[in-house]
Amino acid sequence: MNAKQTWTALWTIIVREVRRFMRIWPQTLLPPSITMTMYFIIFGNLIGSRVGEMEGVPYMSYIVPGLIMMSVITNSYSNVASSFFSNKFQRSVEELIVSPMPNWVIMMGFVIGGVARGLGVGIIVTAVSLFFTHLDVQHPLLTIAVVIMTAVLFSIGGFINSLLANKFDDISIVPIFVLTPLTYLGGVFYSISMLPEFWQHVSLINPILYMVNTFRYGILGISDINVTLAFAAIAAFIIVFYCFGLWLLKRGKGLRS
Amino acid sequence: MVEPALSIQNLSKVYGNNFHALKGIDLEVPQGDFFALLGPNGAGKSTTLGIVCSLVNKTSGKVTIHGVDIDQDFSKAKYYLGVVPQEFNFNQFEKVEDIVLTQAGYYGMSMRDAKPRAKQLLEDLGLWDKRNSTARMLSGGMKRRLMIARALIHRPRLLILDEPTAGVDIELRRSMWEYMRRINEDEGTTIILTTHYLEEAESLCRNIAIINQGEIIQNTTMRDLLTQLDTETFLLDLAAPIEQMPLVEGFELAQIDAAQLAISIVKGQKLNDVFSQLSAQGVQVVSMRNRANRLEELFVSLVEKSSGSAPKAAGGIRS
Repeated sequence: MNAKQTWTALWTIIVREVRRFMRIWPQTLLPPSITMTMYFIIFGNLIGSRVGEMEGVPYMSYIVPGLIMMSVITNSYSNVASSFFSNKFQRSVEELIVSPMPNWVIMMGFVIGGVARGLGVGIIVTAVSLFFTHLDVQHPLLTIAVVIMTAVLFSIGGFINSLLANKFDDISIVPIFVLTPLTYLGGVFYSISMLPEFWQHVSLINPILYMVNTFRYGILGISDINVTLAFAAIAAFIIVFYCFGLWLLKRGKGLRS
Repeated sequence: MVEPALSIQNLSKVYGNNFHALKGIDLEVPQGDFFALLGPNGAGKSTTLGIVCSLVNKTSGKVTIHGVDIDQDFSKAKYYLGVVPQEFNFNQFEKVEDIVLTQAGYYGMSMRDAKPRAKQLLEDLGLWDKRNSTARMLSGGMKRRLMIARALIHRPRLLILDEPTAGVDIELRRSMWEYMRRINEDEGTTIILTTHYLEEAESLCRNIAIINQGEIIQNTTMRDLLTQLDTETFLLDLAAPIEQMPLVEGFELAQIDAAQLAISIVKGQKLNDVFSQLSAQGVQVVSMRNRANRLEELFVSLVEKSSGSAPKAAGGIRS
């Protein structure tokens, strides 16, 4: 395929993916905004008013970056995982396989679709949060960079999950048993400095901690970890996941017998 | 030298459970051909076509499409290829026109080229009125036609039709035959057809390969294959029921029911001899027909022979 054809193919997948999650917006865009509103009301307002400040900022402001990031992570991941697996389940993935598209185009198309949903939900949640607190973004470029990189990473993760999955249950295992615990333990609701020293060290192996804290640094200017190290770690994860996803696709894992 | 539309050399496929689906087959389909690939269920047809269109990984062997080796440049080879699979494989929740246009996008076609092409195809296949319907709302026949429109959107030079008329009523099947003939003859599209309707293969195809147990057991022209038919079986409908089976010397006769006989005619024998002997015994024949399609008789005979079982049908081939 020449460059123009490749771009057309990539754009086709992106448009199809965006149309898909827009078409089913009550399942894709609405639930996170309702769930996060509950978090803001219960944890931010009701409980947060008794907590007071965390790391020198009001508790509501402290949890907002983490909750936005949590929405971005879960939506990026689940969008790609469910969309690509549905393609496998309905066998419409064969449309992609028989076409001359390079594997990276297929993967990038779905990943960009996942990023679009992740960022879309992130914007909705941010807008909702403005009803509860004021956000004065300290480092806008860094904030945008880390949220995009996180969405890319988890979209690739969702893609890999859907390649390896054999049934719908397989695409819900990772979000339930891996992503949710890691997100809750990733410093969304607390600073790891509150933990005993041993658990602080344990927390440092949780990759989501780096994303949440870097994002929080971008918005509030506070972080539990070294931001440069966090960027490097996220970039490294993206490269490793991307190569692994492409390798699976080339082998036809879960697609070709 | 004109490259064949499809060339397969020593193609093997061993699945994970050590099942040898293909045992080193060779096949060549010339450009412009209407080619039948027949075989019983599980013979290796879908595996062969799956490898050609990259849905199955081959174990060994070489496949070229219009001279392009799929191991060297599969992306280029895929441009030549249009695939209509056996099972519906589109998103049931998408609109008919979107499904065709999306496929065009996957081939890098701009919307400016794809939209009129999609309109033409959907009109030709009687689906234009349904362009805004979701695919799941279509009848089985319409879904099959949608897959044909989708496969043709990028003007492939080699079209693979894997049982395209399965479950389609007779009238629609015949109109689909006409359409397939048209794209083969008028547009020069090479077509490889697999089907269990052997009448369809006999009517449409010029060349044929029969595959059984992962091996090609026949690869010839349809005409040559049919001349191999050594024995044909006819069903004779009698004017009145008979109590005792008549004796027809020199012929193998079987009674189907009180008013129907089956008779096997070996090449060189004359039906007149049958009728005269029956008339002499007071048995009147009011109509007759082939018990099976000629190709069907041959197919059954060839497959049974290659499987090592004795032919059940009266029809057979010269050995």
